[in-house]
Amino acid sequence: MKIKINRDQNLVEYKLPFKSTTLLKALYHIKDYIDPTLTFDSNCRSGICGACAMRVNGKEVLACSHKIDSGDTIEPLKYHKVQKDLKVDKKEVINTLSIATTWLHNQKENATVTPKDIKNSEKQSDCILCHSCYSACPVVEVNPNFIGPFALTRAYRYILDPREEDKKSIIDNIQNNGIWDCTLCGECTAVCPQGINSKMDITMLRSLSTQYGYSDPNFTTMDFGFGGGFS
Amino acid sequence: MIDILIIGTGGAGLSTALSAKEYGANVLLVGKNYTTNSQTAMAQGGINAPLGNITQDNIQLHIKDTLKSAHGLCDLNMITKMCSNAPDTIKWLDKLGVPFDRTIDNKISQRQLGGASSKRACYAQDYTGLKILHTLYDNCLKNNIEIKDELFLLNLIVENSRVKGATFWDIEKGEVIQINAQNTVIATGGYGAIYKNHTTNANSSTGDGIASVFRAGGKLSDIEFVQFHPTALKHSSILISESARGEGGYLVNSKGERFINELLSRDIVSRAIASEIKKGNDVFLDVRHLGEEKLLKLMPQEVNLARIHEGVDPVTELIPIKPVAHYTMGGIDVNYNLEVNGLTNCYAVGECSNAKIHGANRLGGNSLLEIISMGRFLGQNISQNLSTDKLDISNKQLEIDKEFIQSLFQEYPFELNFYQIYNNLGEKLYKYAGIVRDNNQLNNLLNKIRVIKADIDNMGIKDKNRKHNSNLVNFLEFLNILDISEILVESALIRDESRGAHYKKAYPKEELIYLAHSIFWQEDKTIYNRFEKVKS
Repeated sequence: MKIKINRDQNLVEYKLPFKSTTLLKALYHIKDYIDPTLTFDSNCRSGICGACAMRVNGKEVLACSHKIDSGDTIEPLKYHKVQKDLKVDKKEVINTLSIATTWLHNQKENATVTPKDIKNSEKQSDCILCHSCYSACPVVEVNPNFIGPFALTRAYRYILDPREEDKKSIIDNIQNNGIWDCTLCGECTAVCPQGINSKMDITMLRSLSTQYGYSDPNFTTMDFGFGGGFS
Repeated sequence: MIDILIIGTGGAGLSTALSAKEYGANVLLVGKNYTTNSQTAMAQGGINAPLGNITQDNIQLHIKDTLKSAHGLCDLNMITKMCSNAPDTIKWLDKLGVPFDRTIDNKISQRQLGGASSKRACYAQDYTGLKILHTLYDNCLKNNIEIKDELFLLNLIVENSRVKGATFWDIEKGEVIQINAQNTVIATGGYGAIYKNHTTNANSSTGDGIASVFRAGGKLSDIEFVQFHPTALKHSSILISESARGEGGYLVNSKGERFINELLSRDIVSRAIASEIKKGNDVFLDVRHLGEEKLLKLMPQEVNLARIHEGVDPVTELIPIKPVAHYTMGGIDVNYNLEVNGLTNCYAVGECSNAKIHGANRLGGNSLLEIISMGRFLGQNISQNLSTDKLDISNKQLEIDKEFIQSLFQEYPFELNFYQIYNNLGEKLYKYAGIVRDNNQLNNLLNKIRVIKADIDNMGIKDKNRKHNSNLVNFLEFLNILDISEILVESALIRDESRGAHYKKAYPKEELIYLAHSIFWQEDKTIYNRFEKVKS
């Protein structure tokens, strides 16, 4: 089979001695036997460390868990600075976790955690921080400051936690460049290797935010040509 | 100056950092990968604590089980310290927000793992390590702990056995840097990746911290003890969890015959499989009789992994498997304070250390417990004993390392491709220093490793760019792998007995004279070793 890899804006074609293989195995074959300068991130090989997210024919995948076909084009994640070949700088994007303050702020003494509570945030806490959702998010293209899907899902995970006494602080921190900027297009959900539904999480966060007195800023500033929206 | 420099950003490093910060120390965490891309994320089964939430349990039983699995090669004080601290460790993790599964009466749920006399492992579905690691990371962000990713450890800075920090290759900037610190903690993980293509471990588990301690004159111990997991996929070495056998899966050979009680301990089952493979048989995991509905409900991850990585459908086909390296019990030799023997102000914690807890064989659920409980202990202990000495630190090591890296860019020719040599070495280590060992084969392998070492000057890197050069990082890892492989083979050679995970066909029993730790260290480039009797 043949695959093409985007290396510094050039599509380089490689011939591989496989009929069927995972992308990661193909990349290691190239690095070990064809060109040791090919650069990409990977670690666990089994879909849990989140290091090897990249794009195949425009769609985000984990290289270790994705089977490739002849003719596929491999590219780095979008909206991250490309360091070299398929390796991207994740430091700036991971900072969205600090912006959204995704942790327990104020822990309730002796809070009861039920099996249902754990079930409620089970999917959200499956996140492996591979950044696939961020790369797939069209909002980031128009607003580079958008907090993005994985940080918002993580915010929701802690808000759902019965140990959290100060849910409002997290809610406060995801209003600007956060939940209301999302277009609910669902691209994040479509690419998540862990099957996390960030679109739904963001919808839930919006509804929760209204309970804390927030409202959709897009809605209140909407002007339908009558000089002042609905007011 | 930094009070505590912590090298390694897995569960051990993050726990140490959080605890040190809690006790007021000034901490810097550094790692070669992005923080959450660590081996800790791969731990599935659980973290042991004798809470007795499901079945009767107590600290003494936990100690007893751990002792039994260690086959004598352990220190009761360290085991007692870890097991006694286990309930508090779980309480701490729970407080930080780890989403442990719950029982119907809202207690932390616990499950049975191999070798445990009670349902002792607390878990978060099959993602226990992942969820612990990520919760620790979130808490590091919360506490503004400074983390520098993409720094590859080169060498410790040592003057008269006192460690004063370390040098690193800055992967992003493409330069050698020095970080000075009053105390240095090595939390860099195990060395399972030396068994390239024959390990469940992440590619990064190359024992960098262990090799750096060795080069600095610190002691290593029990490196020959490596736990092999019986069921990994044959061609990719991806782990198929024990639950597949726990739920009733069979092991069969090419003739379709079962050859072992599948529920025996990991070392025994691994040896039985190895023996079948040696006879020329293939070995398979057979779960077809469980039926599609049950399989998809009980082990969806395993079914998926077999489909992707092995191209077989467990519902209708046999899954080809082999035993592979899974956990390295040996490591940096430490005292009761986890301070490295042979050095001062340098500590080791987690899989890279040999705290004499797991001994000759690790019990499932004890590795996560070790990294968290010992990490917390270490962070607190160092923080409460900080010195305010003014350190005089030279840049001698920095200059040596700069010169070496420069020579890699300018002089080393890449005539020999080290990637291919590494693949080959992994295969040889698996065959000859793996599940069943033989002195002749070990001797041949030792010679082979020395030949490879003598050829280093003909290797080097092809990529001559300084920034983001993974070719360079891989080569530096390869040098560490060679050092550790040599020690592993030599320590396997000198231990003429069978104990836990170390098995020699010619010496099938435990021998009293080897109730001792194999200690390796280096002085003036010469490697020394001796056995140190287990403290009774």
